[in-house]
Amino acid sequence: MTKKIKNLNLNFGPQHPAAHGVLRLILELDGEVVEKADPHIGLLHRGTEKLIENKTYMQAVPYFDRLDYVAPMNQEHAFALAVEKILKIDVPIRAQYIRVIFCEIGRILSHILNVTTQALDVGALTPSLWGFEERETLMTFYERASGSRLHANYFRAGGVHQDLPKGLEEDIAKFCETFPKIINDLESLLTDNRIFKQRNVDIGVVTKEDALDYSFSGVMIRGSGVPWDLRKSQPYDCYESLDFKIPVGKNGDCYDRYLCRIEEMKESVSIIKQCLAKMEKGPIKSLDGKISPPPKAEIKQSMEALIHHFKLFTEGYRVPKDEIYTAVEAPKGEFGVYLISDGSSKPYKCKIRAPGFSHLQSMDYLIKGHMLADVPAVLGSLDIVFGEVDR
Amino acid sequence: MKSLEDLEKKINSELTTKINSTEIKHNQIYIETDKEDIIDVAIFLKTNQDTKFRQLIDITVVDYPEQNQRFEVVYLFLSHEFNQRLIVKYSIAENEVIPSLTSIFPSANWMEREVFDMYGVSFKDHPDLRRILTDYGFEGHPLRKDFPLTGHSEVRYSEDQKKVISEPVKLEQNYRNFDYESPWEGTKYIKEEIQNNDKKN
Repeated sequence: MTKKIKNLNLNFGPQHPAAHGVLRLILELDGEVVEKADPHIGLLHRGTEKLIENKTYMQAVPYFDRLDYVAPMNQEHAFALAVEKILKIDVPIRAQYIRVIFCEIGRILSHILNVTTQALDVGALTPSLWGFEERETLMTFYERASGSRLHANYFRAGGVHQDLPKGLEEDIAKFCETFPKIINDLESLLTDNRIFKQRNVDIGVVTKEDALDYSFSGVMIRGSGVPWDLRKSQPYDCYESLDFKIPVGKNGDCYDRYLCRIEEMKESVSIIKQCLAKMEKGPIKSLDGKISPPPKAEIKQSMEALIHHFKLFTEGYRVPKDEIYTAVEAPKGEFGVYLISDGSSKPYKCKIRAPGFSHLQSMDYLIKGHMLADVPAVLGSLDIVFGEVDR
Repeated sequence: MKSLEDLEKKINSELTTKINSTEIKHNQIYIETDKEDIIDVAIFLKTNQDTKFRQLIDITVVDYPEQNQRFEVVYLFLSHEFNQRLIVKYSIAENEVIPSLTSIFPSANWMEREVFDMYGVSFKDHPDLRRILTDYGFEGHPLRKDFPLTGHSEVRYSEDQKKVISEPVKLEQNYRNFDYESPWEGTKYIKEEIQNNDKKN
């Protein structure tokens, strides 16, 4: 007697806590083994690129916060660098240090979220409770510097919006002293945890070759043993003058990627410490009145400052005709901006290259042959945030 | 190749007629080629020992509606080995079908789907050319310059029909685009007037 066996199609998401946002994953199952995964994305598509084409360069910055909303300032950084390179302006050294400090804070924010929610996905609740307390502290730093916990709008072409308030540097330094202990606590819960290892070791293995073919970047490519970090290989701002290491994985599985993220957080703390030690008083944005707005006090005294202020907030600054691709090492991988300017005060085109987009694309390749229960583990270690995947 | 100048020479000498022009700026190489040659150029860049552009970073299109060859297709490559970036471009007309790079770079799959979705450019030999970012049943190609910023339709939940329905966009106020050009240089309509007067005289 023959029996017809039909594969089961399962709709995973868009409202599923382990989908890390609005992912609709259509899984074809043979028993409990996944045969095929077809991610449907775009449920959070907001037309960011189209909107940016219709806004001035300064008005475009907030849209970058809303891409990867877990580490907002890292995205702003890519856009600011692109505009600065076309305008050929220098950024004051203090501004560079401030930017690097907040980029590393963003990296810690993102990695805490990823590591702890990945643990949550495979059944560990405590890490997320401990980790989110630290995220809260970091977000107050964001708030004290920019006025906003998430959507900072802080990095501008030519520097940052305003100087750090009194006492913030000391508080960040204090955090750098206490935070390594929290990382150790998280590690003591997870790194040697039998269940965590059973769920992550040898799951979602990516070989070196495939990591290159699938355009992986960031932790996804380093976890597979490719020592590649844009902060080292194509340094921007003051990364060249800082001393830090790039953790590289060996097996390319979910567990190695977890280890890489933990080590990266430790390196980030060391980078922040170095920046705080090296930082001196000084200007925090370009002194060119045609690009960065004058201080409020000056507007009351100087006619020129008033004109500059008015022009900057109506027409905005003009950017000469050019095109450029700039990339930064965002927590999730290579975040790039391909910017085409046409001489007006609005970008002609602004293509955003989000790391999560290429990572999620490989879902079918990663999950084929794994069990259904491995889907959240793999998805968690891809570090997907839908703000940037859907744009 | 160690330096960008060497790389430029190498590419020009190896690919000769397939390359229309090369330029180095912002520490990157910009290459212009033709639609027919893109596959050969991509294979060369990926496999040659002196280039090793192993990663396709992104594919995108730029829309210039006033030009005959309306779309400019842009490919961004990265070589880890030599730490270099390279940008390949070519222009196509509106309804042209262009070759897909999915057989060379698997990651091109979604990037090409995105280009198809956003600009309506079709790819030959693409395994699964569907819309990707826009809604199911969406019409039009949002990133084309002639697509309005507000879109054509909006969705809402209809209490009568008990489902989400799509209807034409109704705006309380039209989208306004202010002209902020400096009055000293003359705003657009004054400039046009002056030009017309010059012509008459």
